Order: sequence, then structure tokens, then C-alpha cells
Amino acid sequence: MVTLNIDGQDITVDRSYTLLDAVREMGITIPTLCHHPDLSLFGGCRLCLVEGSGMRRPAASCVTPVQEGMVVQSSTPYLERLRKTNVELLLSDHPNDCMLCERAGNCKLQELAYYYGLREHRFEGDRRIYSRKDNNPFLQREMEKCVMCGQCVRICDEIQGVGAIDFAYKGLWTKVTPPFERDLDCEFCGQCVGVCPTGALTGRIWAGKGRQKFREVDTVCSYCGCGCILTLAVKKNQIARIYSRKDTINEGMLCAKGRFAYEFVNSPERLTRPLIRTAPKKDWQLNDSGRYAQVKPERSSTNSSGVFREVSWEEALDHIAFRIKEIKDVHGADAIGGLASARCTNEENYLFQKFMRAAVGTNNVDHCARY
Amino acid sequence: MDKKDIVIKVCSGTGSLSAGGKDVLEAFRSLAASTGTQAEFRDRCTAHQVGCRGFCSRDVLVDVIINGEKITYELIKPDMVPRIFEEHILQGDPVDEWMAGEQHREFHAAQTKIVLSHCGEMDPESLDAYLASGGYEAAHQAFVRMTPGEIIEEIKRSALRGRGGAGFPTGLKWEFAGRMRSKEKYVVCNGNESDPGAFADRCIIEGDPHSVIEGMMICARAIGAERGYIYVRDSYALAVKRLGLALRQCREHGFLGSNVFDSGFDLDIRLYPAPGAFICGEATALMKSIEGKRAMPSPRMWRTAEKGLWGRPTVINNVETLANVPRILGRGAEWFAGVGTENSGGTKVFSLTGKVKNTGLVEIPMGVTLREVIYGIGGGMVEDRAFKGIQLGGPTGGCLSEAFLDSRVDYESLALAGTIMGSGGMVVLDETSCIVDTARFFLDITQAESCGKCTPCRLGLRRMFEILQRITNGHGRNGDIELLEDLGSHIRATSLCGFGMTAPNPVLTTIRYFRDEYAVHIKDRKCPALVCKNLLTYSCIQENCTGCGLCKKVCPSDAIRGTRKKSHKIDQDLCVKCGSCFDACKFDAVLRE
Repeated sequence: MVTLNIDGQDITVDRSYTLLDAVREMGITIPTLCHHPDLSLFGGCRLCLVEGSGMRRPAASCVTPVQEGMVVQSSTPYLERLRKTNVELLLSDHPNDCMLCERAGNCKLQELAYYYGLREHRFEGDRRIYSRKDNNPFLQREMEKCVMCGQCVRICDEIQGVGAIDFAYKGLWTKVTPPFERDLDCEFCGQCVGVCPTGALTGRIWAGKGRQKFREVDTVCSYCGCGCILTLAVKKNQIARIYSRKDTINEGMLCAKGRFAYEFVNSPERLTRPLIRTAPKKDWQLNDSGRYAQVKPERSSTNSSGVFREVSWEEALDHIAFRIKEIKDVHGADAIGGLASARCTNEENYLFQKFMRAAVGTNNVDHCARY
Repeated sequence: MDKKDIVIKVCSGTGSLSAGGKDVLEAFRSLAASTGTQAEFRDRCTAHQVGCRGFCSRDVLVDVIINGEKITYELIKPDMVPRIFEEHILQGDPVDEWMAGEQHREFHAAQTKIVLSHCGEMDPESLDAYLASGGYEAAHQAFVRMTPGEIIEEIKRSALRGRGGAGFPTGLKWEFAGRMRSKEKYVVCNGNESDPGAFADRCIIEGDPHSVIEGMMICARAIGAERGYIYVRDSYALAVKRLGLALRQCREHGFLGSNVFDSGFDLDIRLYPAPGAFICGEATALMKSIEGKRAMPSPRMWRTAEKGLWGRPTVINNVETLANVPRILGRGAEWFAGVGTENSGGTKVFSLTGKVKNTGLVEIPMGVTLREVIYGIGGGMVEDRAFKGIQLGGPTGGCLSEAFLDSRVDYESLALAGTIMGSGGMVVLDETSCIVDTARFFLDITQAESCGKCTPCRLGLRRMFEILQRITNGHGRNGDIELLEDLGSHIRATSLCGFGMTAPNPVLTTIRYFRDEYAVHIKDRKCPALVCKNLLTYSCIQENCTGCGLCKKVCPSDAIRGTRKKSHKIDQDLCVKCGSCFDACKFDAVLRE
């Protein structure tokens, strides 16, 4: 353990702490853009500066280990001036289009500009302008808004293990990009979107769905058995975006399905009641041995999936029971197979295989997550 | 003919090769063969290439040594070779008119050659030549007779400090790494010399690659490393080639590999051609680069000597530092410490360029004054114009004024004046150099070479450069000087790595020592040195103008009006300030101000 003095107060912390950890443990707020507790240390934004005894110049607290007997100030007029100038510099290379930005109200840069009262900055000069747009289906990348915190690069490499993006070029023109400026072609987990402090990375399907005053609904992701906790940001009874909180079982991390695949919820094409096929597909016919077999279509079929009728659950279940029995009597139980879904709970899947084995009498049972 | 020894040495550094050094060497060789001299004297007549000897503005330099008597010729072209061969070598009568004169003596007289002692004397591609001059004896001694502790103690007593710029005591660095317990340790040679106008490391590698390798071997022995990397810019083609050759020779002779000198100690050194960004020379960025990642500096939470390459203890030394090491072990720490000042022993190699008469690579003992370098070795200012300033330490160094001419060249004195030793660049400015434009030039380099990781360096340097650009274009505003100072000190205080901390130096020092010149640019919209094009005005001096019309003819924008034999006028709205009229006028009738 190490004892040090921060802003006149003594604190004892573990030897592995950085100054930022210690400062935050005391409940003192200190701005950061590039720091993320789960990622490697970066030290790039230079906002978490502190002054202290034995330091020749202000140090970035996120990358300074604590030492016994340190005396540190986390906020002095000089430090605030340095922080303000850094925010000013960031704003001098920023489109400042908060009016249309998807992240307005939830943007760290906007928050800092508000805190330091920066409507204008002292610098005139070139600003990054990129005309080339990325055509990937999930992520909206507006790299003019990037503050080079590198969190997206690190989470992609260190947590997701993908490494789809990295820094390219030098100086003002440094840019986070997929290799050779190609369109992003990764697993689209959107972890980068989750950590981006500004509007540089957002979800494509977020656009125009609202950005503040959400009703937040916590739920469990239904896509697989991991059980990630989702927070649905709901506006006008529709999901505007999905994210996950840090204090969840999944520590705020999500995959492509959990984060982006929610459009089905409000889709008009979504099935809400059972359907029974009233006529078979036209190119499938019952042959002499009593089996359905594909026949060559004689003319172009208009409805290849047949004709469906909306029915009640009772009728649907009766129909299933009748057909299963019928098939079992004619062809034996092994003519039937069951395929369960990863979206069901463990209990449901257990019951399903039990049903297949005990009621139907076959071991032909499988699960979509095997593929 | 008498029995005599004939040695012909032809300079073969990059500068010399581009001046035709290879053809000169070939000419000597073919003449030696065709005239029968070679047959007659056999191995007592040799013509070979040697490394750069520093005075590159006088290339190709050729030494002809007959029975130990050395005559140096300068500015030699291949067609001059037959006459030298005929008159000097065959008849023993040197060709006076091509001999290197007073300037050459003046250039070399005040220098102390330690690191460069082999350059210009020895064939860099021959291991035998290096061995003949006592090469690898120091390494042998280090591996066989000395303990690691003794080596480190010797280096500490020599007061050798890192020649890469920061000046960290080398012995101390080795001690830190030596103390660490680790299965693997690394020694890295930093040869990523990227400053415009700096070529010291390049010339050392090209002229004496074995010294660098020997220095690395000694370092590896001292800290217990079994693997070394030489990180050298890929664009230094000749340096990469000669280092590769030298490493191959070492492996063939068993100086590298397993069981070096039968000491039971293994060592392998590999060449790592660097991609060539400026920031790759920063120690943490360099390590990232060797690890195969993008070269971006990391925060220094640990010393690299404790946790460096792949998290292992790593010593990173500059080329020049390592080349000093075999000399120290060979001649003793006391001798080396005696050459320099109390705090820093030995010499420093500088690349002297700019508006001095003699430019080139110079090696001076620590503690020599700037005046001695500029007016002694440099031979004074070109056309004896007035000295204005000297930019030390490359684009991240500072610019000193005349008041500092008598300050000493060592780490402490330079830091006190606001600049750094850096890579050893010395750019001398005279009254025809504009200070603001010089600062703009250096900022243009540093803002483009920032790695982009931290905010103040990436954006701050760019904004400083844009302000300077505005001032030199004649759009300077009141308060710009203060803004530059504020931003400069901000970047210095908040940047992540040493690059950002030093990059505002050219601006901050020039404002400190030449504030008036900035003010004239902003308030009067004038450039006293007549360099900033947009601040110049051209006008016609009525009394001198004869109305010859030549200026009118050369003007590309038809800005000059007037009838023949009557004085002309320059329309300021149309003038594009190209200066053609000024150059063309034979009567000094165009005034440039």
C-alpha cells in the first residue's frame, strides 16, 4: 500500500494504482477522453493532468503510478488553463455540428466545451474534411469528429481480438481507419461505437430516432445463452438504440446481434400469430410412396412458399400433434427431426429435447448454435 | 624504381559517391593495373575506398600516401586521375594545383577525431582493415577478461553520455539494465537519424560499421543481452548495405553467434531497416516499431532499461554513443573523460551546415565554444556577412543569437540557452536568413511528423505552423507573438513524449532572441532579411532608371509601365513579387525592400 496526498487529503491505495485511479477513488472528478479502465494505458488526450511535488512538468495522471509520499494537486488555475487549451485545440479541428450530431447530449467533447465555456477558440486553420464515406451496413464513421483517443483501436485489438482498425498517416491527418482506407469489413460487434466519446462512431440505424430523453428499459439479450444485459433506449414506444451498462454481467460489452439486430421488434413483417400452410409449395408433391418430393417446376411458380392461413394457437398445436403422430405411424419416429433455437432459454431447450426423445421417440434433435 | 609503399584512399561516403567517387577509385585501379604498377609493387600498392572524412563540400577527396607521406587532393574528377597517377605516383612529383589547401587544414585542425578516427582512413567493407587497426580487441577484452560490473564501471568513469540528444549517462543506463533479472534482455542501436541536415550517424555507419557492432557487443556483454537490433533507416541504402555486410563478416568470423570468443556467451545482432518516420527515433516508438506495431510513443511509466522491448530490459543507445564504446575500453576511461568537460566526456559529432565557408561533418571535444566552431572549423561566414543565429539540434532544437557565440557546447550550457544537443545539427544563419521563415520551416517539418497520438502535439504544432505561415505571408495579427508563446509553452508542458516537448523550441527561442524581427513582420509587414516573398515590395528608383525597358520585357505579369528612355513604374497591384526585374536591371534601379 502507498500513502499519498491529493488536494490536501491523505489517501492510502494499492501500489498498482495510477494517480487517476487514486484521484477518482477520492470522488474528485477529472476529465479524460482516452482513458478506459479495461484497456491498455494510452496517455494521449492530455486532459487528466496533475501537478505535484517532484514533477518537472504537469503529468498525465492516467499513466503516472502512485508513489509513497507524493503530494499532488488535481486542479489549479494553471492546470485548468492547460486543459482548456487542449479542449480548444480539439474544437479547432472539429465540425462543431452538434445540432445534427447523433451524440449531442451524450458527448464528452461537448460536455468539456460546455464546462470550459468554449463557444469560440483562438485558432484558425485547416480542419480535417473527409469526403469518402464508408459503405459498411452497421457503423456510421464520421472521422472529422474523431478526437484520436484510440479507444476504438484498443478495444478492437485488446478485447475483441479483431484488430480491424488502426491509426494511419501522421500529424493533423492522422486517422483511424481500416487497412488501406477500405470499407470496414469486420464482425461489426460495435464495441468501438460503445467506447467512442464523440459522434465519430455511431450506429447507422440510430439515425433520426432521437438522441435524448429516452425511456431506458433493461432486459436480457435473447440471441444466445450468454445472457448479456441490454439497455433499450426507447422513444415513442420504439427502440432507438441499444447499449449496455458497465455494471452488468457482460461489463457493458455487446456483439453485433445484441447491439444492432433489434429492427425486428417493431417490424411490420414480424409474425405475431401462428400460420398453417394450407397448400404445399407448388414444386413439392406427394409421390406414390407417400413422401413429399421436389418436382421440376413446369411453369414459374408465383408463391414458392405456399399459402398460409392465420390460426389460433390451439388449432396450430393440434395440427402439429396430428401430423407428428401421422408421420410417426407411417414412417417411424426417426423420420422426424427437431431443430431448436439458441434464442430459447436453457429450460425451453431442455424441454424440447425431452419432448423429442420421450414423446416423439427420436434422437434427431439439434440446435442452431452448432453451426 | 625505388622500393616504396603506395596507398591510395578514395573517399566513398554517400556524398562522395554522388560526386563520382566510385569512378575515381576505378580509374586509379585500372591505371595501377594497366601501367604495371600493380604487378611491380604487388600488395604494397593498394587503392581502396574509405569512409566519409567530413569535408563533403570538397568531394571527391583522395589521399595518396607514398612511404607514409600523405598528400590530399580535393575536388577530383575521374579525368584528373591519369595526371595524378603519372606525375605523383610514378614520378614522385605531387600535382600542386589540385592539392587540398588552407581551407582543408583549417577544417581539420581544430577537430578531435575519436568516433570519426576510422572514417577516411579505413576501408569500411573490410573486416581485415578493422582488425588491423585493433578492432574487436576491446570486445574480446570485454568478453574474456572483464566482468560486466567492470565494463559498466569503466563506462561510468568515462562520463560518456547519450549522443542521441537527451544526454543520459550511458554507464548508468547500462547499470539499470544490468541490475534487472530477466531471461531475455536486448540491446538496440538507434540509427533512425531523421533530422534534415544531420548526417553524423549515417557517416559513422557508412565509414565504420564495425565500431558500432563492437560497441553493441560490449554493451550486450555488460548487461547480459543475447540479442541486439540495429534500427537504421531503410533510406540510408549504403549504411544498410555496409552494416549487413559487416554483420555477415562478424558471423563468419565467430564474433557473433554462439559462444562468442569462447566465452560461453551467445549473441546475435540483427539489422532492422526502419520505415523512416521521424518519430521512430523516439525510444518507446522505436520499440513499438521493432515489435511490429505502429511507431507511436508510449507514456514512460518505466525506464526502457527496466521494461523495454517486449517488456524486457532494453538498452537503446545512439550510433555515435556505441561507436565511442570500443575506444573507451581500448584507451581507458580517464583518457576519454579528459577530452570533454567534467560532466560529459569525449567528443560530439556535428553536421555543420548553413552560411559558413566550410560545411561538413565535424567532431569537436565537449566544451568548445560556438565561436571556435563557426569561425575556426567553419572558416567564418560566407562572403564575410554578419552572423545572425545558429540553429542547434535539428528541427526540435533552438536558435541561438550572437550573444551565445562564446557559450560552450555541452548538454548543460545548451539547455540553459533553451536548446538541445539533439542529433548534432548546426545550421548557421546570417543576415540574409529570415528568422521567422526559419522557424516556419522547422515547424513545417515537426507538425507533419507528429505521430498524432497526443492532442497538443498533433493540433498545437499545426496551429503554430499556421500562425507562422500567416505572419510570413503578411497576414500577421497583433497578439500573434503572444499566442505563439502561449501555445509553445503549452505544448512543451503537456505533450506526451520528448518530441512534443522540444518541437516548439525553434519558435520559442527565436521569439526570445529575435522578438523584434517578428514584430517587424507583423506590424510593418516587412521582412528585414528580404526572404518572405509576400512581404517584399519592388519599386523603381527614378534617378537610376534609364528606361531601357529590360524589366518590362521580363516581367511575367505586365506590372511595369513606362515609355522608352523614360523612368518606369511598377504597379503594386499587378506585381507578383517574382524578382525578375530586380535580377534583370543593370542599373540598380529596382529597389527591393
